[in-house]
Formats: sequence, C-alpha cells, structure tokens
Amino acid sequence: MLAYLVRRLLYALPILIGVNLVTFALFFVVNSPDDMARMQLGVKRVTPEAIARWKAERGYDKPLFINEAANGTAVFTDTIFFSKSARMFAGDFGRAEDGRDIAREIVSRMGPSLAIALPTFLLGLLVTISLALLLTFFRASYLDFWGVVLCVAMMSISGLFYIIGGQYLVSKVWRLVPISGYGGGLDAWKFLILPVVIGVVSGIGSSTRWYRTIFLEEIARDYVRTARAKGLSELTVLFRHVLRNALIPILTGVVVVIPLLFMGSLLTESFFGVPGLGSYTIDAINAQDFAVVRAMVFIGSVLYIVGLILTDISYTFVDPRIRFH
Amino acid sequence: MSALRSLLLPVLVLLVACGSEQNDPYPNAERGQNILYSAFTERPKHLDPVQSYTEDEIVFTAQIYEPPLQYHYLKRPYTLIPLTSDAVPVPRYYDEQGRELVADAPAAKIAFSVYEIRIRPGIHYQPHPAFAVDETGQAFYRDLADGQLRGIETLADFARTASRELIADDYIYEIKRLAHPHVHSPIFSMMAERIVGLRELGATLQKEANGLPPGTWLDLDRFPLTGVTRVDRYRYRIKLRGKYPQFVYWLAMPFFAPVPREVDRFYHLPGMAAKNLTLDWYPVGTGPFMLTRNDPNSRMVLERNPNFHGETYPCQGEPQDALDGLLDDCGKRLPFIDKAVFSREKESIPYWNKFLQGYYDASGISSDSFDQAVRLGVGSEVQLTDEMREKGIRLLTSVRASIFYMGFNMLDPVVGGLAEQPTKLRQALSIAIDQEEFISIFMNGRGIAATSPLPPGIFGYVEGQAGSNPVVYDWVDGRAQRKSIEVAKKLLAEAGWPNGRNSTTGEPLVLNLDTTSGGMGDKSRLDWLTRQLAKLDVQLVVRSTDFNRFQEKIRKGAVQLYYLGWNADYPDPENFLFLLAGGEGKVARGGENASNYANPEFDRLFDQMKNMESEGPRGVQRLSIIRQAVALLQHDAPWIYGFHPTSYTLGHVWLRNRKPTDVGHNILKYQRIDVAERLRLRQQWNRPVLWPLAVFAVALVAAVLPAVIAYRRRERRTARG
Repeated sequence: MLAYLVRRLLYALPILIGVNLVTFALFFVVNSPDDMARMQLGVKRVTPEAIARWKAERGYDKPLFINEAANGTAVFTDTIFFSKSARMFAGDFGRAEDGRDIAREIVSRMGPSLAIALPTFLLGLLVTISLALLLTFFRASYLDFWGVVLCVAMMSISGLFYIIGGQYLVSKVWRLVPISGYGGGLDAWKFLILPVVIGVVSGIGSSTRWYRTIFLEEIARDYVRTARAKGLSELTVLFRHVLRNALIPILTGVVVVIPLLFMGSLLTESFFGVPGLGSYTIDAINAQDFAVVRAMVFIGSVLYIVGLILTDISYTFVDPRIRFH
Repeated sequence: MSALRSLLLPVLVLLVACGSEQNDPYPNAERGQNILYSAFTERPKHLDPVQSYTEDEIVFTAQIYEPPLQYHYLKRPYTLIPLTSDAVPVPRYYDEQGRELVADAPAAKIAFSVYEIRIRPGIHYQPHPAFAVDETGQAFYRDLADGQLRGIETLADFARTASRELIADDYIYEIKRLAHPHVHSPIFSMMAERIVGLRELGATLQKEANGLPPGTWLDLDRFPLTGVTRVDRYRYRIKLRGKYPQFVYWLAMPFFAPVPREVDRFYHLPGMAAKNLTLDWYPVGTGPFMLTRNDPNSRMVLERNPNFHGETYPCQGEPQDALDGLLDDCGKRLPFIDKAVFSREKESIPYWNKFLQGYYDASGISSDSFDQAVRLGVGSEVQLTDEMREKGIRLLTSVRASIFYMGFNMLDPVVGGLAEQPTKLRQALSIAIDQEEFISIFMNGRGIAATSPLPPGIFGYVEGQAGSNPVVYDWVDGRAQRKSIEVAKKLLAEAGWPNGRNSTTGEPLVLNLDTTSGGMGDKSRLDWLTRQLAKLDVQLVVRSTDFNRFQEKIRKGAVQLYYLGWNADYPDPENFLFLLAGGEGKVARGGENASNYANPEFDRLFDQMKNMESEGPRGVQRLSIIRQAVALLQHDAPWIYGFHPTSYTLGHVWLRNRKPTDVGHNILKYQRIDVAERLRLRQQWNRPVLWPLAVFAVALVAAVLPAVIAYRRRERRTARG
C-alpha cells in the first residue's frame, strides 16, 4: 500500500506542475503585469514610473517563461513563472499583492468555510441516503413516484433561489435567525443553522435521486433475496446489506469531495457574509491578485489529488476484494 | 404528540434562551450599547494613509488619521477649517530670487509658495505599543526577536502601550513617506512636481532601498527633504513650486496626516510583516476613533480613542440644517458614539433586509430595493413609501460631486478635432442622446443631467439659464428644454453626414463605443443608446471588453466613444476641468484627459483659473474665466455631459446628525444614536414567528407516521398478503 501511495504522490507532481502552468498561462492571457499594477495602484493619477516600480518590487518586470537576456539555467529560473511557482511546491505561498501573508489568510478562513461545509456535507449525506433508502423501500409505490417527482423539481431549482427564499422566509418573515453574518464561539450556531439547512435542502433532489438509482440496482440482486429469505427485516436488509454493497459508487462521488470542503462555497459564503475561502478566491480574481489565485488553484489541485487517493483507499475498506498493487 | 413535543421543545428552549430577537446578528453583550452599525461591500486594500485613495478605505482612515485641515461638516459650499492646525494656512509667495511677493502677485511671477502650518499643542495619539518606552526612555519594543512575537497575533496582544504628543516632525515624516519606494503613494508623481525636493528624495530613497534586504526599515529622518522644514516642535513649512491654491485641499486628506517615526520603525521589526502587523493593516492616529479589530473579510471595529483631543459639534450650517435638527447638538463634545461596527455585506439583499430589521443604522438604496423604499410623487418629487414612513425612516438626498460622461476621442478622424464639421457632429450627438430619459429609466431618477463638467456645489457651477448648455438646450418657460431631434439632424447634415450618411461617399456613419459593459443589465442600456443614435440614422457598434483592455485602449487612444466618470478629490473646479486640459492628454502625456482634448484657448483659461482663489475679488474674476472655459467646452463638446448622480441614503429615526457629504469623510464623530429608541424598535420589529416551527414539526410527523405504519404493515404481511 505504501508503494502505491508513493507512486500516486509522484504522479501528482507533474499534474500539479501542469495545473500551475495552465493557471499561469490563463491568468496572464487575461491580465498583464501592467494590469495587475494598475489594479493595485488604482486608476487615478497612476504614472508609468509607479507601475514600473511596483512591477520591479514584486518581480513582475521579468519575462514570463523564458529570459533570453540571462545565461545558463537563469534562462528559465529568472522568469516570473519560475520565481512565483517554485516556492509554492515548498509550501511557501508568499504574500498577496496587497502585502498580506497568504498562508495566514488561508488558515484564518478555513474555519468558517469548514463550519458550513462540514455539517452541510455530513447532514446532507445522512438525509439523502436515508431518503433514497426510503424511496427504495417504497419502490414502485405512489410515495416513490411522487418522491422522485419532488426530487426532480428540487434539483431543477437554482441554488440561488434556495438561498434567497430561505433568507426571506426564515430570517426576514419569521425572524428566527440572522440573515447573514458570522460569529465565533457560542454565537456561531445562529449564523450556521440557515446556510447549513439550505445547503442540505438544496442538495436533496439530485443526491437522493442518484442514490435511489444505485440502491435500486442493488436491491434486485441475489444476495438481497437471500437476506430476505433468511428472514431479516427490511431495515436490516437495506442498511446492512444494500447500503454496504452500494458504497463503492457512493464513495466515488463522496470521498473526493471531502478535501474540497476546505475550499468553501462561493455562493453560500457570499450571500451569508461568511469570511471563508470561497469568497477569498473570488475576491482575488476580482482584484487580479495572481498570488492568491495561484495559491488557491494549487491548494485546490492538491486537495483534489488527495481526495482521489482517499477514494482509492476507502475502496479497500468497503470491498475486501480490492487490493493495491 | 409526544414526538412533536420532543422535536419542538429543544428548539424553543434554544430560542428563548437567546433573547427575544433571534435574528440579531450581533453578540448579546452589545445590546443597548452606544454603537453605530454600518456595512461595507469591498474590503479595504490599504489603510496606510500614504497609499489609501479609495472610498472603501477612507471610510476608516478618515476617522483615525488627522491631517491638519478638515471640511466643515454642515456648511455648503464645502469649507475648509482647521483640524489639528490652529488655522487654515495662508501661503506666502516668493520669486526666483527668494524675495517675498504680495498675496495677489501674478502667478507667472511666483516661483515658490510656502505654507506654514502650526499644529495645536496637547494632541495625543491613540494608545499603541510603538510608543511604549522602557526605564531608559528607549522604545520598549525595539529589537523583537522572532521568538518574542510568539503568541502575538494582533496588536492587542502587545502587553505595553503608551501614547505621545503630536508634533510637527510626524507630519514631515509622512510627507517624506510619499516618496518611499516601497509604499507606492498614488500622489507621489503629482506631488513631486509641486513639493520642492520630493522627487530628489524619491531617487535617493530608491537608491538606498536597492542596497537593503526587502522589508528593512528606512529611517526617513536620515534623508532631508529640502521643501519641508521644521520650524519648531509644533510648526512646519512646506515649500511648493509655483502657485498652487488647491494645495490646501490636499492638506485635508489622509496623505498629509501624521505618521510618527517610531510607529514606522515598530512595524518594520523582524517578523511583524509575516503576521500582517503593518501600518497598512493597523493604522495609528490622533483621531476620535482607533481601529481595534481589522478583519476586512467580516468585521471592522472602530472604538473611541481615549486620548482624543476633543472637538465640539458645529453650531453653524445651512438654513435647512436648523430645521432638520442638525444644529441641536451645537457645542456638544465629540464623538457621540463609543464604537462603530462595520460588517461586510457583499450582497445587496441581506444588507437591505438587515437595515429594515434595524440592524444597520443607515443604508443606501440599491436598484433591487428602490421601489420598496421610495416612489416618485407629483412633479418627480421623491417620497418614501408608506412602509418606510411607518418605520420612521428618513431619506437624505444630495447630488454628488461626480460626473459620468460619454467622451469622444478627439484624436479620432471621424469624431475628433476642433474643425467645424466634427464639432457639429459631436453637438448633434449631444442633443440626440437624451440624458433626462436615461436618468429616468436607468437611474430611477437619481441624478441630474449635466450641462458641463462641473457638478452642483462646486465653485463655477451655475444654476438656471446662465448655467444651461445652449448647444443642447433651449430655455423655454423658465426651464431647460432639450433641442429637438430636427436641430440635431440639421447639425449632422452640416457636419457632412446628412441622414447619417457621408455626403460624398454615401456610406453610413458607424460609431464605435468602447465599454466594459457586457452583463445582462447593461444590454438594455446599450440597446437604449443604440436607439438614441438611430434617431439620427447613425449606427452604433458596441465593443465590450474587460476593464484592462478598455484602459489599454484609452491609453493608446484606440477608442472612438467611451464612458467614464470622475469623483471629486476636492471641491474645486480645477479638479474637474483638468480632465480636459491639454497638458493632461492621455495619449501624449499619460494624464487624466482621456478624450485627448487640446484647445489652446481652453488651456489658457484653465491655466489662469487654476491659479486663482475662489474667495474675494479674485473669485469674481475666476468665476468669469470658468464661465468662458465652460462655454468653450459646451461648444466643442469633447464630452456628452452625462449626469451627476444623486445619492439616496436612508437613516433610521434613532440616527441623528447625518448629513450627506462627498469630500469630508471624517463624519463618524458627528453621528449620534438614540440607543433606547433603537432597542425598543428593534424588539418591536423582530419578534420571532414561531408557528412555522410547529407546522414544520407537524408536517414532519405527518410525513413520517404513514411511512412507519406502511413499513410495519409491510413487515407483518404474509406471503399471501
């Protein structure tokens, strides 16, 4: 298993370099270092000298990929790409263009992102799997039919509608929780409850329908018939046998998402005023802050790779036949 | 029933345990406190006074930093008054040989202007660790090793703080910081043209900084600035090249606020920047408030500065101010509030709803909530809706010192140039684009059509017929009436484009508008604009692009028509008319004149006007020159003068002393909150509605129960059914 993990981690290196290269290229296709300087210095009264100084101070006065004026390895190393990318692989994200330390900012914003994403994820999983099993139990009945219709209706509604509608009903009309905001400590629950509930409800439609399909596939198998023939209750059949055997496709979709929970949700964070990593990324894109964009894309890629590895590992727990080679 | 009870009980207990207003976004401990609640949309990038230049930032910096001057809170037109200085400085003029000249000496003879500023003794800084000293009188935090910073995350974590008196050296230090190569002051280049020795200082500092590791402190006291000198502990002089009457306005901006040397040194201690402990993050000032929490992602908190020197509420204002109760607090000690909490609201809907619930004391009106907030009465008079009136909300309106305009690139072969034909083409287009209709449709009436670059409230702006634009309007029955489209068509024909076609080749006139628009909301505006030009049979091609490309095109002069706007830095006509000065040409000199308009006659008038004062007999002369310059601009029409936006602010009944202002930003100290009234109304407006919880619980039981029954029935069913 260790050899497998090492191999997978080594595979990750070229992927990360590639992602970094693509991010870099895409960013600089849209923004030049001059644009970045103007964005940071403002549009009023900014002079070419000020722009030149800003670029020189931050190393944006170098060529992008190849420094033809340099000799030896400096042809590649004395470039914006190399100087901005190399440190990141050592875990040094450097400073945002406004001078703030990116790593500190990420650490401080991770908590609020997780505070919403984690309960939403866990509760969502619990609710949708339970509902899917319920529909499976009542398969081919009116409950199943209308349940699926409701799921299709729910998944057809935009996430924004759930947020605005939820804020309107729960916070404005019923005045049960604050509309937006974030607080630490004991105050946190009143800010989290609504986004979490909305996050769970908005995910019910698509996830329940998907899990129901998986369970229906399993429920027609011989081992289920055998379990019933043994006299097991339907609940035991569903939760102990069907659920366990359906875990592989569920894990494929679920485990890979776990590390990405750190990255936060853009829409939820924005509407609920949560200072998480989702809004950090969008703010950075709007501010043309390449240092932050690059760091967040890099972290996102790392977390995705970690998620994929975790998915592979989780397979061995739910299916003893799977072994790493 | 027991299931219902078990579901409801914990929720109800939780709700009751937390007080009556469940939707209160603030900690319970803050209830009933003298705190002003506000919101911000964009996170401030810089709080260093030498860098900060946007409205998002000055909301905070203006409450903390105190430059020598400020604007009178109530008087209009805007009037400068002393803040930390003892008087508004009057410049003394000198010729090349250093001989003093009389006050009304011709500008051409004035080689140098000297402003002597005397600050009032006894003003102290907010408590700050940079001022803490040890037994020997040396800075307590002077050689922090990395280990000593362990456990310190914010400024509040430093055990020792102290204060000291404001002295002239602090102002001098800050002026030197304008030239600091690492802080990138946006006004450095402009001030380097004016302040004697500043450019040279910049070059020296750049050379010095090049030889030092990044982040090393540059002690600016080691580098003299010839144009700024210390007279004594409380007095300093600033020497400018030539005459620059607008300089006093800059003395009311945070760029010229004091920064003590020890504060700059403190923030450059090793390890501080890595913890975001910088002057850019934690400002230090003498103002009425100090920043005690800086979390621009979520919340910024300003608290009363215990060392504030004290100021009293003004007793004079406009005649209406007394009627509006704005003089009721005359002579009372400032500030009134203990704390101001600014929460970040990125979306307008939560912001608006929280305002309606009483959790923000004031709010603007976004287009989403416009109809809910105000309605247009008879004669386009703006009135609050019944819902707002019932809540006691007040509406404050003011025309902003800003202009939005459509510019022509005067270098363009079709629309540019001062010849008769392109001028008539621009005039025709100015008539055809109905700004009044635009304001009515797209701005909900929140603006007034511009007749020149000068907005109301700025010296030189004239109301009535004398201020109307005769190229675009006729004066009929005591009001300006836009000229008919036939007049525009006639001008177009005279311009060589009869019926929108070239009189020689017959080709249609196609104009290109460069814009950064492109969203769904903008499409209707651009469609409207296309229809306006279609009235003249002129075709419009909209070239939407991103902001960077748009700026690049403007810089290179690769546009034909474009939209831009300008907010006043200070309330002087020079700050608007310079946008059309030849010396500011964007293509030729990289200045702010994006239209590249260059009319020698206008430049002559502008040069004359900019060196004059608005007060006294020279003021009359200045007004006359401005009128000539404006008439020239109206004739040449390098811009289609769009509109001056009107700001609408809603304030709750408990918020007192709020008066809209565009240039004076240190307004927090004047605001007063009736805390008891706010508490009462918040409670009244925010009683929780609990029955939906009961309905939800019942619905849940009603949904689960049949399923359970069906499950049991199915489980008990035999093979025969």
